[in-house]
Amino acid sequence: MEDKRLVEVQHLQQYFPVAGGKMFEKKVVKAVDDVSFYINKGETLGLVGESGCGKTTTGRTLLRLHEPTDGRIIYDGNIIYDSGKTPLMGPDGKPMIGQDGKPMMGQKTSVNMLPYRRKMQIVFQDPYASLDPRMTVGDIVGEAIDIHKLAANKGERHDRIIQMLERVGLNSEHANRYPHEFSGGQRQRVGIARALAVDPEFIVCDEPISALDVSIQAQVVNMFEDLQEELGLTYLFIAHDLSVVKHISNRIGVMYLGKMVELADSYELTFHSVHPYTRSLISAIPIADPETSRQSQRIVLEGDVPSPVNPPSGCRFRTRCPYADSVCAEAEPEWREVSPGHYAACHHLDRV
Amino acid sequence: MSEPIKKNPLSLQLNVEDFLPADENEKQSLVIMRESVGFWKDGMRRLRKNAVAMISLCIIVLVMIFSFIVPSFYPYSYEQQIRGAENLSPMTYSEKEQAAMAAGEKVFPHVLGTDGLGRDYAIRVMMGSRISLTVGLVASALILLIGSLYGSIAGFFGGWVDLMMMRIVDIIYTVPDILIIILLATVLKYPLGNLAMQPGFGWISVVGVNMISIFIVFALLYWVGMARIVRGQVMSLKENEYVTAARALGASNGRIIKKHILTNCIGTLIVTTTLQIPSAIFTESFLSFLGIGVAKPMPSLGSLAADAIKGMRSFPYQLFAPAIVISIIILSFNLFGDGLRDAFDPKLKN
Amino acid sequence: MSEYLVEVKNERLSFFTPAGEVKALNDVSLHLNEGEVLGIVGESGSGKSVTAYSLMGLTAYPGKLIGGELDFNGHHINDLTERDFRKIRGSEISIIFQDPMTSLNPVYTIGNQICEVIRLHTSKTKAEATARAVELLTLVGINEPEKRLKQYPHELSGGMRQRVMIAIALACEPKLLIADEPTTALDVTIQAQILELMMELKQKLGMAIIMITHDLGVVSSMCDRIAVMYAGRIVEYGTVDDIFYRPEHEYTKGLLRSIPKLSEKEHQKLVPIEGTPIDLLNPPKGCPFAPRCKACMKVCLREMPPYTDLDEVHYSACWLLQKKEFEAKGGNA
Repeated sequence: MEDKRLVEVQHLQQYFPVAGGKMFEKKVVKAVDDVSFYINKGETLGLVGESGCGKTTTGRTLLRLHEPTDGRIIYDGNIIYDSGKTPLMGPDGKPMIGQDGKPMMGQKTSVNMLPYRRKMQIVFQDPYASLDPRMTVGDIVGEAIDIHKLAANKGERHDRIIQMLERVGLNSEHANRYPHEFSGGQRQRVGIARALAVDPEFIVCDEPISALDVSIQAQVVNMFEDLQEELGLTYLFIAHDLSVVKHISNRIGVMYLGKMVELADSYELTFHSVHPYTRSLISAIPIADPETSRQSQRIVLEGDVPSPVNPPSGCRFRTRCPYADSVCAEAEPEWREVSPGHYAACHHLDRV
Repeated sequence: MSEPIKKNPLSLQLNVEDFLPADENEKQSLVIMRESVGFWKDGMRRLRKNAVAMISLCIIVLVMIFSFIVPSFYPYSYEQQIRGAENLSPMTYSEKEQAAMAAGEKVFPHVLGTDGLGRDYAIRVMMGSRISLTVGLVASALILLIGSLYGSIAGFFGGWVDLMMMRIVDIIYTVPDILIIILLATVLKYPLGNLAMQPGFGWISVVGVNMISIFIVFALLYWVGMARIVRGQVMSLKENEYVTAARALGASNGRIIKKHILTNCIGTLIVTTTLQIPSAIFTESFLSFLGIGVAKPMPSLGSLAADAIKGMRSFPYQLFAPAIVISIIILSFNLFGDGLRDAFDPKLKN
Repeated sequence: MSEYLVEVKNERLSFFTPAGEVKALNDVSLHLNEGEVLGIVGESGSGKSVTAYSLMGLTAYPGKLIGGELDFNGHHINDLTERDFRKIRGSEISIIFQDPMTSLNPVYTIGNQICEVIRLHTSKTKAEATARAVELLTLVGINEPEKRLKQYPHELSGGMRQRVMIAIALACEPKLLIADEPTTALDVTIQAQILELMMELKQKLGMAIIMITHDLGVVSSMCDRIAVMYAGRIVEYGTVDDIFYRPEHEYTKGLLRSIPKLSEKEHQKLVPIEGTPIDLLNPPKGCPFAPRCKACMKVCLREMPPYTDLDEVHYSACWLLQKKEFEAKGGNA
C-alpha cells in the first residue's frame, strides 16, 4: 500500500428527484449529501450503513454511473468531475482561500469517461441480475474486450477470456454456458472476471457477497483479497455487514441517511468507535457465539430510519440517538478529526 | 428424555479401505454439470412439451397449406362460375357435370357445394382464409415494426421523450378505429383508384383499395398496444444491473440497445406479435362482413359469411364453413401464442 | 400420539419438475418440545423452508410428501386434508415470512388483516376482534395501535410491517410459530429489534418457534436447538452449545470457520468451504457434502452416511464418526 491517493471525492452530492408532493413542487432524495473521502492506492476502504443510507449511490456516483449533483471526483490526480461550485481543497484538507479572501472554486469539469472505464470497475450485489441471461459467460467477460478493443483477433479474445475465467477459479468449459446454469457463487465469479477483463486499478465492490450463501461468502472474500495482493487493486468495499467489511478493509466509513458519520481505521472503528450510531450498529450484529451473545447487552435502537426525502433537521441521527438534545436538532454536527485519521460527526463526542 | 430418532443400522459391510481418504479426482467426478441449454433450445423444449400449442401449430400449418398451396392445384378457381351449378349442396353435381360423369369423364366434387353464382365454395373458403391470413400476418408485421421501434425509443430514453411519445399513444388510443377505417376507405378510394391506373401500381386493384386502407389503419392505429408493451419491457430491462455493468464498461447506447435490451425483448416480441395475428384477422373479417373489406370477387372469410347470411335458411353450410374456419384460425393462433409465452417469456420462467 | 409438540420422522419430499425429480428432503427427522426454539440453518436449497412448510401443508406444487411421519400437536399431518389444515393454520401453527413487503395485502388496512385472522378462528364479534387487534399491536410494540389499524401496509416501514406480521401470526396464540428468515430483509438495527421482540413474546406466550435462517449469529442468540441442513438432509443436530462448541460434521465446522468475527483483533484469512452446492437434480450417490469435504473418504463417495448418536440429543451424519466407531471395535466389520 502506498501513501498515494488514487480516488478522492470532495463534498459529493447526489440528489434524485422523486415523484409525489404537491404539483410543480420539486422533491428530492438526498441520497448522498456532502460526503468526502479518499482511498489510497492498494487500500480497501469499507463503506457500511443500512439500506437507504446512500452507500451504493456513493459507489455508483463515484464511477459516474449517475451524474453527480455537486462536488468533485478526482482519480489518480485527474479531476474527472467538478461541479464548479465546490471550493478547492488544499493539501491540508482545508478549503483554499484566494487572494480576494474568498474560497477558490474549481473549474466546471466533466470528462469523457471512456478511458477511465478501463481503470475503474464495479462488481454488483446481485449475481442474478447483473449478468445478461441471453449471453454466454464467455461473451459477458468478452464484452469489455470488445468495447475497449483489447484483443486483435478472435483467438486472442478467447485466450484472454479463458485467462480471466481461470483467474477467478472457473475454467474454459464454463465459457460457453449461460448464467442460469451457475450457482450464485460462480455467477459472482463471472461478475468479477468481467470487471477484471479491462485490467482495472480500482474496483467498487457493491455488496458483492450479501446475496451469497454463507459457505460461499468466504470464498469470494478470499478471492478479493488474493486478487488485491496479486494485482495491486484498490477497493471501495460496500456492505451492510460490518463484520465482513471489518475483515477486508483497511479503513471503514459509516454512513447514515446520506451522510458520513464516522471514518476510521477498521480496528479503531470496531473497538474504539466514538459515534453513537456506529456503536449501536456494532452491538446490533448478532454474534455467532452462544456464550458471548448470552452475556452481551445490546443497545437496541428505537424506531426506524427516517425517510431520506424528509431527513431530520440538524444531526440526522438525532431521532434515534440516546444522547440527542436541542443542539442536535438545530445544527448539523461538524466533521472533525477525533484522533489522527479518525473522523466523526457528532455534537456529543465527549458524552458518548 | 429419550431420543426418538432411530438410526438406520448399518447393513453394509465396511472395510478399512473404505475409510481411506478419497482423492480430488474422485471427488470432482461427483460434480456433474448439466448439459448446457441456451435460451432458444430451452424454450423450444418447453414448447414441444406443450400439447395444446403443438396441436394449434399443426392446425395453423394445415390451414396455411390449404390456403396458400392447395389452391394452385385445385381444379376450380375462386372466380370461375359454373353455369347450372348454383347453390349446390356439398358433394353434389350439377346436371351438366352428371352428364359428363356419365360419359366417363372425371369431375372433381364440390366438397362444400357452390355458392349462388355457381362458384366452388371450397376454393372460395380457401382463398378467403388466404386473404385473412395475409392480412393477419402483414398487419402484425407492420405492428411489430412500428410498435417495437416506437416503444423502445420511448422506453430507452425516458424522461421528456417518453412523456411526449406516450401522450401521442394515448391520443391514438382514443380514436375509434372502425370509424377511421370507414373514413379512410372512403377518402382513399379515388386517390388509390387513380394510382392503380398508373403503370406499376396495378397490384393495388388486385389487392383492393379497402384492403390497403385496412393495412394503413393497422399501421397507423394498432401499433400502440405493442408500443406500450415494448416500452414497459425496455424500461424494466434498462434498469437491470447488467445494463449498468455494460455502462460501467463503457458501452455506448447503441451497443446496450442491440446487445442487451433487444435480445432480452425478443421473447416478448414474438409472443405479442403472435397474439396480434388473430386480432388482426378478426378485425379484417369483421370489416369484410360489414362490406368494407376486400374487393369483389376476391373472397375473405368475413365477406363469405356476409354473403351467406342472405341464404342462411336454405344453405346454412355456406355460413358455417367460413365461420368455423375463422374460429379455428383465431383459436389456434391464440393457443399457440399462449404456448409461446409459456415457453419464451422470461417472467414465467423458473 | 407423540410426546413432542412436533415430531418429524424420516420425512422424504420431492419436487417432480419437468426436468426430473428433485429430492428436496431426504430422510429428515426432528422433534420439538413445547416452548422450545429450534433453529434450522443451511444454505438456499438445503430444504430448510421446505421442512417447515410441509408441517403447515404449504408444500408448493409440484412438491409431494413421499415418505415419513409428521406429527404436530396431536394431529397426524400426513392424513390432514386441506380443510383440516385450514383449521390449524393461524390457530395452532403460524408463520412469518422473510419479506414483510409482499406478505401483507396492500389493498386492506392493517386492522382489516388482523381482524380477519381473529374472526376466522374465533367467534368474536367485530368490536371484540378490533379490541384484540389493538391488544396485539401493543404486544408487538407498535405505538398508537388504534391509528395504525386504519393504515395500509405501504404506510409502514419494513420493521413495522414485520411487527404486524408477527401480530397476525400470534393472533390466536399458536403453539408453534414458524419464522422463515424473518430478519433477512431488514437492516441490522431493525433486525435486533425484531429478534428481541420475538424472544420477549416467546417468554410471555410460551410458544415454540422454528427459526429458519442462514445467519449463524441469529441462531446463536435465539435457539435452544439447531438443525444444520445440507442438500435436503439434516447433517447435524444438537443443542446450541453442541453445534457451536462441539461440532462434529465437516460442514458445520466449515461453516463456523468461514464467518468473519468482529471481535477478531488480528487479520486472519477466512477458511472457506471450497466448491459449490450440489445440483439437486443430479445428486451424488454418496454423501452430498463429499465433493466439498476436506476429509472425504472413499466410502463417502459411494454410500449415504448413517446417523451417528453422539449423546442423547446430538447426532450427525458423517462417515468420519462411523470410522471412529469402526476403529473402536477393532477395525474389522
